[in-house]
Amino acid sequence: MSDTKSNALSNASGNALSSATGKEPVAVVGIGQTKHVAARRDVSIAGLVREAAQRALADAELTWADIDAVVIGKAPDFFEGVMMPELYLADALGAVGKPMLRVHTAGSVGGSTALVATNLVAGRVHGTVLTLAYEKQSESNAMWGLSLPIPFQQPLLAGAGGFFAPHVRAYMRRTGAPDTVGSLVAYKDRRNALKNPYAHLHEHGITLEKVQASPMLWDPIRYSETCPSSDGACAMVLTDRAGAARSPRPPAWLHGGAMRSEPTLFAGKDFVSPRAGKDCAADVYRQAGIADPRRDIDAVEMYVPFSWYEPMWLENLGFADEGEGWKLTESGVTELDGDLPVNMSGGVLSTNPIGASGMIRFAEAALQVRGQAGEHQVDGARRVLGHAYGGGSQFFSMWLVGAAPPTS
Amino acid sequence: MTEVLKAPLVVEFPFTRSLGPVQSAFLTGLRERVVLGVRTGDGRVLVPPVEYDPVTSEEIGELVEVAPTGTVTTWAWNHEPRRGQPLDTPFAWVLVRLDGADTALLHALDAPGGPDSVRTGTRVRVRWAEDRSGAITDIACFEPYESPNPHELRDPYSGGAAALVGSDGRFEDPVTGIVAPARLDYTYSPGRAQSAYIRSLADRRVVGERCPSCRKVYVPPRGACPTCGVATSEQVEVGPRGTVTTYCIVNIKATHTANLDIEVPYVYAHIALDGADLALHGRIGGIPYDQVRMGLRVEPVWSEAGGHPDHYRPTGEPDADYETYKELL
Repeated sequence: MSDTKSNALSNASGNALSSATGKEPVAVVGIGQTKHVAARRDVSIAGLVREAAQRALADAELTWADIDAVVIGKAPDFFEGVMMPELYLADALGAVGKPMLRVHTAGSVGGSTALVATNLVAGRVHGTVLTLAYEKQSESNAMWGLSLPIPFQQPLLAGAGGFFAPHVRAYMRRTGAPDTVGSLVAYKDRRNALKNPYAHLHEHGITLEKVQASPMLWDPIRYSETCPSSDGACAMVLTDRAGAARSPRPPAWLHGGAMRSEPTLFAGKDFVSPRAGKDCAADVYRQAGIADPRRDIDAVEMYVPFSWYEPMWLENLGFADEGEGWKLTESGVTELDGDLPVNMSGGVLSTNPIGASGMIRFAEAALQVRGQAGEHQVDGARRVLGHAYGGGSQFFSMWLVGAAPPTS
Repeated sequence: MTEVLKAPLVVEFPFTRSLGPVQSAFLTGLRERVVLGVRTGDGRVLVPPVEYDPVTSEEIGELVEVAPTGTVTTWAWNHEPRRGQPLDTPFAWVLVRLDGADTALLHALDAPGGPDSVRTGTRVRVRWAEDRSGAITDIACFEPYESPNPHELRDPYSGGAAALVGSDGRFEDPVTGIVAPARLDYTYSPGRAQSAYIRSLADRRVVGERCPSCRKVYVPPRGACPTCGVATSEQVEVGPRGTVTTYCIVNIKATHTANLDIEVPYVYAHIALDGADLALHGRIGGIPYDQVRMGLRVEPVWSEAGGHPDHYRPTGEPDADYETYKELL
């Protein structure tokens, strides 16, 4: 034991960012979600997070006593108007007498929360950590929370989609993508959601024609190409090698995880393919030994709040060359039965409890490599990327999980 | 040196809360003039009640009625009540352990005798609000209470028992949600750089600031370069003409009150003013919405009221070449 520790310390001091060498391997052994819906009027915020946490514990066949620390995340406090909700949620999450901390990185928070929890295990601070993210959007109005009437400033003129739509147009101009690509993404994700019992939107009669006939809200973004507003929570139990050995079901192993940030606005910012996203992905691939993401990664669950972000992120994450991402979408590569399935769960387009949305992406990646994704399982998924971003392309967080333990 | 601007900023929203079973019973009880606690695994009664046992983390839900009388466990005098507080005359914030409870509830004590009349151990009782809706304010406040029975101080349970109505926490027409209005009052200041920028708008001039390190011109200026992390101070007048670098057509009314008078559809655009190194956002007018395009040359249309331009309109110049603005989307 002491040998292992001193070994880990000497390695960590030499190479802070990178390889798994010297770090404790981290495994996902429990995953729980609520059924995401527009409004969970039957539960308090505590009741909502409790439900996801209990399901994650049940999946891992663990109890509250087995948890050493709790790491939670949610989007801005204004989204529900509960200041420092982590204080009030300690009882519901069994955190009494344990370390509990909250992470906050806007829309990417679900991902970065999972990574902070991961690092507590990787650094051998704790053996088993519960991580959870949530949003109960029905208690407030996120759009209000994002457009406070700041004196002297011009008010945000166009609403949520109005922030994103000009970037989509910029992508279309840059790549020459046909204007139908966004509707293909929405049609695919909504069909995938039909296979996911936890997804918010279950549009049984969905057709491509219906997507393309839906109203143009923020041209070039149609109503059917936008995400819903959801109440929901997602939880995971992360543990060390010893914990993974006791796991009743196959664990998902962490092969790489990284976060990056950049200012929301600066001269030279590329909203279509932000530098922070590229760097974050490169760091994950380096840790995981991924030389060619398109070949080496079996599926991707990425944060796509508006349909066009699928081709944009395919390029940003290195699955396609610049200008080529839309071709993967258009040719069916990203379909559930395609060569590189994207957003098997139905994605953010089908479920968006903002604070939880990033963690749902990470959890879906883990479900896939554990073979636990049910009807939306990708056959033979061995390495899957989970991706989250937020804050006007300010924060990025990603992890790559595998069915096999990391080799280095 | 221009003076830094300041203005009040009020952030106000009626948040809604779904209560869940325990808070629902507690607040419905208050509406019916009943105070309920919850029993924990180790037999204690918590008031106000919680949904999860703070010791074992188990879900709990056994509701227990406690008395509307109790004892002050600690307190603080509030000399100057503020807007929205339970009383508008000076009062004591108190923690009251109600008879039958093991924990104390935070509320207000109306103590006409002033701070000298309040002490730990003061006996108090609930003063119910006239109109009750299922909210913590259904308890208007607490008031001092001369116990008719001197034994009551030593045996609070017996004193409480007389006031119990025998509730089991089940009510007709329970309250399942509440509205929790929140309000924050700030004094907002945009800082030196933006104050200067806003003042220049009054003269129908657009003045940014150049980073001494990377030489990029920021409009509006923030006082520092976000890339280099250094202060900016060199003022640079830009525009007034610029180029639409990208845009969207807004077909739904924004709920933001400031936009209610803008007819849809309208064009919301990123506009790179000549000389600026990043785009700002504005509305395009004076041209049918479906004729707006990337590269369109525009100029500000100033509002009579002063301040920011009302919108931008075409200048009639030939469109800018994509290569000239592709880094400014």
